[in-house]
Amino acid sequence: MDMIKNVFKKNIRQYAMLIALVVIMVFFQIATKGILLVPMNVTNLILQNGYVFILAIGMTLTILTGGNIDLSVGSLCALIGAIAGTLIITMKVNIVLAIVISLVLAAGIGMWQGFWIAYIRIPSFIVTLAGMLLFRGLTVTMLKGLTLAPFPESFQDISSGFVPDIFNGFGTSLNFTAILVGIIISALYAIVQITKRAKKRKSNFEVGSLTFLVVQIVVIVFLINLFFYWLASYKGIPIALIVIGSLIVVYSIFTTRTVPGRYLYAMGGNEKAAKLSGINTNKVLFFAYVNMAVLSAVAGMMFASRINSASPQAGLNFELDAIGACFIGGASAYGGVGTVVGAIVGALVMGVLNNGMSILGVGSDWQMSIKGLVLLTAVAFDVISKMKSKA
Amino acid sequence: MDNFILEMKNITKLFPGVKALDNVNLKVKSGTIHALIGENGAGKSTLMNVLSGIYQYGTYDGDIIFQGEKCCFRNIKDSEKIGIGIIHQELALIPYLSIGENIFLGNERSKNQFINWDETHAKAKELLKKVGLNENADTRIKDIGVGKQQLVEIAKALAQDVKLLILDEPTAALNEEDSNNLLKLMLELKEDGITSILISHKLNEILKVSDSITIIRDGSTIETLNKDDKDLCEDRIIKGMVGRELTNRFPVHDSKIGDVVFEVKNWNVYDPLIEDKKVINNVNINVHRGEIIGFSGLMGSGRTELAMSIFGRAYGKRISGQLIKDGKEIVLKNVRQAIDNGIAYVTEDRKSAGLVLTQDIRSNISLANLNKISTNQFVDDHEEIKVAEEYKKKLHIKASSIFQNTGDLSGGNQQKVVLSKWIFTDPEVLILDEPTRGIDVGAKYEIYSIINKLADDGKSIIFISSELPEILGVCDRVYVMNKGEIVGELSQKDASQESIMKCIMNSDMEVI
Repeated sequence: MDMIKNVFKKNIRQYAMLIALVVIMVFFQIATKGILLVPMNVTNLILQNGYVFILAIGMTLTILTGGNIDLSVGSLCALIGAIAGTLIITMKVNIVLAIVISLVLAAGIGMWQGFWIAYIRIPSFIVTLAGMLLFRGLTVTMLKGLTLAPFPESFQDISSGFVPDIFNGFGTSLNFTAILVGIIISALYAIVQITKRAKKRKSNFEVGSLTFLVVQIVVIVFLINLFFYWLASYKGIPIALIVIGSLIVVYSIFTTRTVPGRYLYAMGGNEKAAKLSGINTNKVLFFAYVNMAVLSAVAGMMFASRINSASPQAGLNFELDAIGACFIGGASAYGGVGTVVGAIVGALVMGVLNNGMSILGVGSDWQMSIKGLVLLTAVAFDVISKMKSKA
Repeated sequence: MDNFILEMKNITKLFPGVKALDNVNLKVKSGTIHALIGENGAGKSTLMNVLSGIYQYGTYDGDIIFQGEKCCFRNIKDSEKIGIGIIHQELALIPYLSIGENIFLGNERSKNQFINWDETHAKAKELLKKVGLNENADTRIKDIGVGKQQLVEIAKALAQDVKLLILDEPTAALNEEDSNNLLKLMLELKEDGITSILISHKLNEILKVSDSITIIRDGSTIETLNKDDKDLCEDRIIKGMVGRELTNRFPVHDSKIGDVVFEVKNWNVYDPLIEDKKVINNVNINVHRGEIIGFSGLMGSGRTELAMSIFGRAYGKRISGQLIKDGKEIVLKNVRQAIDNGIAYVTEDRKSAGLVLTQDIRSNISLANLNKISTNQFVDDHEEIKVAEEYKKKLHIKASSIFQNTGDLSGGNQQKVVLSKWIFTDPEVLILDEPTRGIDVGAKYEIYSIINKLADDGKSIIFISSELPEILGVCDRVYVMNKGEIVGELSQKDASQESIMKCIMNSDMEVI
C-alpha cells in the first residue's frame, strides 16, 4: 500500500493530469450524450489534433533545455506547407521527394534559429519571435497571399488515409487488422513490463509489488484494446496515427533512455553543472531547435494534407497549443522537468476540451477562454503542490 | 540580576513526520555575542526562523520573550519592527541596485511614496562608515565582493535600528581578512549595545568573539557554555556537538607517494571579460601519484581560476602553457577532453555548478561518464542503478534511495554525490575545490577519509581550501597562492598557519 502511495506521490503531476483527462472525458461523454467516444469521433480527435501531438513532442525537448519555448512553430508549419504545396502542386515534384526536400529545408531553418539561440545566446523567446514573423512573411510572399489547392490524393492520405484491412473484416464491418495490432501491442507491453521486473529481481534491486504490476498491466492492456476496438469500428488505423505513435515511442525512448536525452535533462536542470560534467550544452540546445523545426515540418505537412491546401493562414496559434500542452503535461517552465508522455496527455486534455465543446456547440470565443483557464489551473496546481511538499 | 534581551522557552516545532525542535531553550544576555552551534540539520536555522517570524506564531509551541515582552510574530516584518534583524547565509541583496538603495530596501527614506535621495545618501554614508565599508553608496551591489556585501547587510539591519542581530554563517564565504574584519565589527557593535547571535561552523571564530555558546544537537539544546568556563576549547565544543569525543579531526594517513603524474608549466590565463587582466601568472606546479597537495591562499587569489583553466579551459581566455601527464604533453580544449584524460574537478559550489538538483542521485552520479554505462548511446538502466547503489554504500550517502532528488539532501550528502560522480569518471588527478565548505564536522571527517582512500588508490589529489587547519591536517605538500601566482611551496613538515601567512605577506610586500 505504501508502495502505491509512493509511486503515486512521485508522479502525482502526471497521474493528476491523467485523472483530469479521464474526468474531462467522462464529463463530455455524458454532456454530449455519448457522442464524444463514438468510434468516428475518436478517430477524428486524433486526426484533428495530430499536429499538436507532434509539435508538443518537439516543444518538450526545447522546454527541457531550460524553459526555452519556440514561438515560430506555427509560422514554420505554414511555410513548410507552402513549400510542399509549391513543390507538389505547382512544380509537380514526386511526393516522397517533396517531403524529403521539405524536411531538409526545415532542418536548415532549425539550424538558423539554433545558431542564434545556442551559439550567440540570444534568448530563445526573441529569436523565435523573430522567426514567427519572418516565416509567416515568407509564407505569404511565397503563396502571393493565395491558397494553393488541391493536393493529389496520395498526399492527402497522410492525414486522411487508413491502413486497409488485410482480413476484409471477415464479412463484418469491423477492421480486424486494427484489432490484431491492438493485441500485438498489448502483448508487447506486457512482455516488456514483466521481463523488466524479472531482470530487476535477478539483480536484487527493489521491485514493486506483483499485484500492483498485474493491475497496471491489466488496465493498460484493456485501454489499448478498447482504443483499437474503437478504431476498428470506424475505418481502422489512420496513417497519421502510425506517424504520431512512432514519434511518441521514439522520442519517449530518446529522452529517457539515451545519452543525449539525459543531456537535455541535465542541461535544463543546471547548465553550469552539465558543462562542468563535459557536456557540450551549446550542441544540445542547437539540436533541440533543429529537431523542433523538423517536427514542425512533419506537423505542417500533416496539416496541409488535412485541409488539402497550402494556406498563408495555416498554423495560426499552433505554437500556443503546443506550449500549453507541455505545461499542462507537467513540464517545468525553468527546464529540466517534463516528459514526452506528459505533453501528449496535455495535448489530449486540450484536444478533448476543444472537441467536446465543439460538439456541445460552445462558441470558439468561450473555448479559448476555457482553455486559458485550464492552462493556468494546471500550472497553479503544480506550483502549489510543490510549495506544500517543501513546507 | 542578569538582563536577558531574549528568552526562547520550550520551543517545539513539528514538521510532517519530523520533530525539528524539541523543547529548545535559549537565553541571550543583553549586550553580548551569543554563539549558536550544532551540526548541519541540528535545528539552528529552524530556531532562527521561529525567532524571526518566518514560521509564524501558532505553528510552533513555546514562547518567545523579547525585552520582557511575549512576542507573537506573524511574519518577518513584525520581528524587524521590534528590532530583531537576521542576516541569512545566502545574502538577500539586489545585485543591480546601489548599496544605498539596498540598505533602505523596504525601509525607504521617503515622503508620500517619493524617495528622499539626499537623506538616503547621507544616512547610507553614515551607516557605511559605521560598518567600516569604504565604498560609495552609489556603487551597485554586483560590483562589490561577498565580504563587502555582508557589511551592507549589516548596515541594512542597523538602518532598521536593530537591537538583536542574528548572523547565520556570516563568514562561510569570506576569506581570513574579511572574516576578521567582520568579527571586529561584531565586537564594535557589541560596544554600541547591540546583541548578536552568531551561527557558525568555525570554532576558532566562535571562541574569539562570543561570550556564551549554546550547543544544539538533534533539535534539542544540549548545553550553554560560558566564556569564563575553564575547560572551554574547540575539542570541548565538538564533544558537545557530536555527542562523543572526536579525538582526531583529521584521519591519520600515511601517504605512499610515487612518481610525478601531472605537471603544469608556465601557465598563464587572462580574465574572460576584462582584456589584458592576467588572472594566472606563470604558474608551475606538479603532483605525484598518491599525493595530496594543498592549495592555500586568500579568496580571490586565483586558485579556482587556475583549477578551472586547467580543467579543459572551463575558465579564462588566452590560456598559454603546458600540461604534462605521465611525461607526455596533453592539450585539453574542453571539459570532455579533460575528463577523458583522467582529470576531474569538483567545483566549490556544489549547488549551482556541481549538481542537477532536479534530478535524482542516480542520474547525477552517472552524468559525467554516461558513456561507460551505455551501448550505442543507450543508457543501461540496470548498470546505472548498480553503480549508484555501489557509491551510495561506499561513500555512506544518507538518502531514502538512489532515486531521491539531490535537491532534498543535506550539504554533506550532496557533496558525497558530487564526489561519487567524479570518482566514477575514474580520474588520475582529482581537483577538489573547497570540498568541505558549509558541511558539518562529522561529514568533513568522512570527506577527508574519502580523500585519503583515493590517494591510497594511487590517485593524485589537488586540494583547494580556505581553511588553514584543514590544509595542514590533510595535505602532503602545500602550494601557497596569492594574486594569481604561486608564492610558496611548503612540505608538510614546514607548513603551518604562520609559514603560509608569511608567504602571502611577503609576496604582498614585494608588490608594494
